[in-house]
Amino acid sequence: MIHFVQTLISGLSLGSIYALIALGYTMVYGIAKMLNFAHGDIIMVGAYAVIVVVFQLAMPAYIAILVSILVCAVLGVTIERLAYKPLRQSPPLTVLITAIGVSYLLQNVALLVFGSEQKAFPQIFSFPAVNIGQVSIDGITLATLIVTAVIMVLLTLFINNTKLGKAMRAVSEDKEAAGLMGISTNRTITITFAIGSALAAIASIFYGATYVYIKPTTGSMPGIKAFTAAVFGGIGSIPGAMLGGILLGVIEQLSKTYVSTLWSDAIVFGVLVIVLVVKPTGLLGKQINEKV
Amino acid sequence: MGRKEKEHADTARGKRLDTRPQFSKNLLTIAMVAAIYGLVSYLVYSGNASRQLSNMLISISVYVILAVSLNLVVGLLGELSLGHAGFMSVGLFSGCLFSIATADMMPLTLRLPLAMLVGGLVAAIFGLLIGLPALRLKGDYLAIVTLACGEIIKNVITNLDITGGALGLDTGTIYSNTKTLLPFAIILVFITTIAMMNLKNSKHGRAIMAIRDNRIAAESTGINITYFKLTVFIISAFFAGAAGVLYGHSFANVKAATFDYNMSIEILVIVVLGGMGSVRGSIIAAILLQVLPEALREFSDYRMLAYSVLLIVIMLLNASPKFAELKGRWSIGNLIRHLRKNKAQEVANHE
Repeated sequence: MIHFVQTLISGLSLGSIYALIALGYTMVYGIAKMLNFAHGDIIMVGAYAVIVVVFQLAMPAYIAILVSILVCAVLGVTIERLAYKPLRQSPPLTVLITAIGVSYLLQNVALLVFGSEQKAFPQIFSFPAVNIGQVSIDGITLATLIVTAVIMVLLTLFINNTKLGKAMRAVSEDKEAAGLMGISTNRTITITFAIGSALAAIASIFYGATYVYIKPTTGSMPGIKAFTAAVFGGIGSIPGAMLGGILLGVIEQLSKTYVSTLWSDAIVFGVLVIVLVVKPTGLLGKQINEKV
Repeated sequence: MGRKEKEHADTARGKRLDTRPQFSKNLLTIAMVAAIYGLVSYLVYSGNASRQLSNMLISISVYVILAVSLNLVVGLLGELSLGHAGFMSVGLFSGCLFSIATADMMPLTLRLPLAMLVGGLVAAIFGLLIGLPALRLKGDYLAIVTLACGEIIKNVITNLDITGGALGLDTGTIYSNTKTLLPFAIILVFITTIAMMNLKNSKHGRAIMAIRDNRIAAESTGINITYFKLTVFIISAFFAGAAGVLYGHSFANVKAATFDYNMSIEILVIVVLGGMGSVRGSIIAAILLQVLPEALREFSDYRMLAYSVLLIVIMLLNASPKFAELKGRWSIGNLIRHLRKNKAQEVANHE
């Protein structure tokens, strides 16, 4: 029993990271209606930014976090401006292929700049582990969970209650109609990308604090799995991303412990396929009807 | 006017339906392939080909087949498949296992085509399995499902004992050199190319493109979406699987981990570079993207970087109306027409 609970908690740790990444994914997908394949790689860039600031510029951790958020937000907006904006009217296939291109571009630039060997992430904060009876929870797991939950609440409030959030919802529902109502579609999408990428930076800090080692391909797998999580929870739904992330993490950890480490990826992707085929709108997603 | 509407307008004007110029275009493609292989075979069998070139021939042929078959899904059906390497992998391992099991029973001339058939059929079954979700999903979701399926295939093959596990399958007993494999490669490339071109120009091909352009409109004209979507996935997977078997015979050891998401993307780059929907484009791009990295070995660190930039730039250029106009003006067909017009004018002036 203790073993099972401990497994669940490891799953929670993994899942909270997925949830944090999935929040950014779902945000961008929900509003810009595009799958930003490069989201995972923005996380990698954010992590490298922290490494550079802490180790090479010898600055304190809080500056590193701020720099990382800034770098990612600027990067996200730049990518959006250069690569995605000219494709607003193009079919989804074109946008998706471009996004894959951007993802590879970031990975390969990182490979050239930082080399292929993994770099250690600085220990920028440490939290004491919490013991409940015989079960112990890592401090960083708790911190990730709390931060993810706080961000989830803030994002929900932001989207539901602010003017900008309303504009985002309008753009997501109907770009042209939103434009006619005086909403600047481009500006709204740019801001969405800035927020989504800033979330990626925050995710990178917690990813780095949990897994320590960073290399140029670090972002791609968690990115794809976080997308799985976002779809699982219902893409576009912010609470759904959190729920999907945590569930996916728990599923992955359970299959690692009780089935086999070798099969865990196959199981996670199997879950994705089943969810998409059986309920493409995810757990908390909304059904959208297609019109001619 | 959006791109889609323009495409519709083109179709309405009968550009696509006029089959005669299409026929000569197809002949040109086949002549091109035949000329390339003629030259290459001459070089290989007369012993003039460098070792480097002859080592690459099989892998070039394999990539040509992979790109042409992926183009069916991406170019004609308009859906993104990120699991093409997975189909190849399934075909490769099943075909090679068959070939290993029957290695003593029959000569290569019989065994390899049979193995290709087995590999192709097994891959086609997987194509059907992955095509089934495609009936409910499209766009981003379908792309992710194909990616997931490709990863599942890789994961399963890596963990099975029969396929050699993580160490890879020992194909030493069925390994053949380029000289032996080249005729098979040539025949398979020809079969794939002709099949794809015929499909594209047939009633079926037009139905598939209609689904791409507007699914609901196509459905309302009585096109059976289920049938055509599944057919596309099955045919595409079949050829990828057969190509995989060929690929497997050219190595002494194959690992499932090679056929991952990155390889699928590499095939996608070829299709995009060659032009979505264009068989000839895929062939040229496959050759270019295999030969260039080999020729520019000192820049090998930049290969994937160049691929990614290529993907983005081509997508952006294709979406830009200015580029489309330029491309129309400077296309080979237009140049020839222009020259002809000038000549006709000259003749007229002369008279």
